[in-house]
Amino acid sequence: MLLLPCGLYTDIVAHCLGGFPDEGCGLLAGNVAGGQVVACYPTQNMAASARLYAVDPKAHLQADRDAEARGIEIMGVFHSHTHTDAYPSPTDVAQAPDPDWHYVLVSLRDTHPVVRSYRIVQEHVVEEPIVLQAR
Amino acid sequence: MPVEVRLPTVLRSAAGGNATVSTSGATIGEVLRNLVGAYPGMSGQVLTEDGSLHRFVNVYVNDDDVRYLQQLDTVVGEGDEVSILPAVAGG
Repeated sequence: MLLLPCGLYTDIVAHCLGGFPDEGCGLLAGNVAGGQVVACYPTQNMAASARLYAVDPKAHLQADRDAEARGIEIMGVFHSHTHTDAYPSPTDVAQAPDPDWHYVLVSLRDTHPVVRSYRIVQEHVVEEPIVLQAR
Repeated sequence: MPVEVRLPTVLRSAAGGNATVSTSGATIGEVLRNLVGAYPGMSGQVLTEDGSLHRFVNVYVNDDDVRYLQQLDTVVGEGDEVSILPAVAGG
């Protein structure tokens, strides 16, 4: 389960829309075991592509340090699919960096953004519910 | 020279759950080889079989990605902080 404050949900979708038609991406920080998102770090898509994304390594380091200073940790990544469903692509699955992470997908294929979250463990994908929080 | 290395969560289980470990080396290559030597569970996750930097990790000296420095030949000095993070990418 991913516990996601509404403000961060808005930040995620807004960042992905801002990167359209390329994929948008960023990191999520919080309590990884409890699935509680506390902070969102939108980053540049270094791949600058409508088919691929790559989180800016330098921004990742800054986010990691900021999270550590706040007593939270990087717990996942979000990125958009601009032409396909909000479901991890074979590349997403093969390159999933951490089995403890939460993987949020934003589909911008249709007019209304679709946001879903997954766990990816040993290339096995399981969707998890997103629970929106008032703050 | 002793060097502190910050580990990503995915590598911590191979290091007894520690977020930071101490190892040694004068270059990033030496530091990473010593790290994997001390924690064999990281084998294949940081360096490839031929000894090059694994493409799924990013390694930093202080604020700089070593791929934009001298890669594994990047010199590490006293007080430098080495960080390893996963390369986060997909399609």
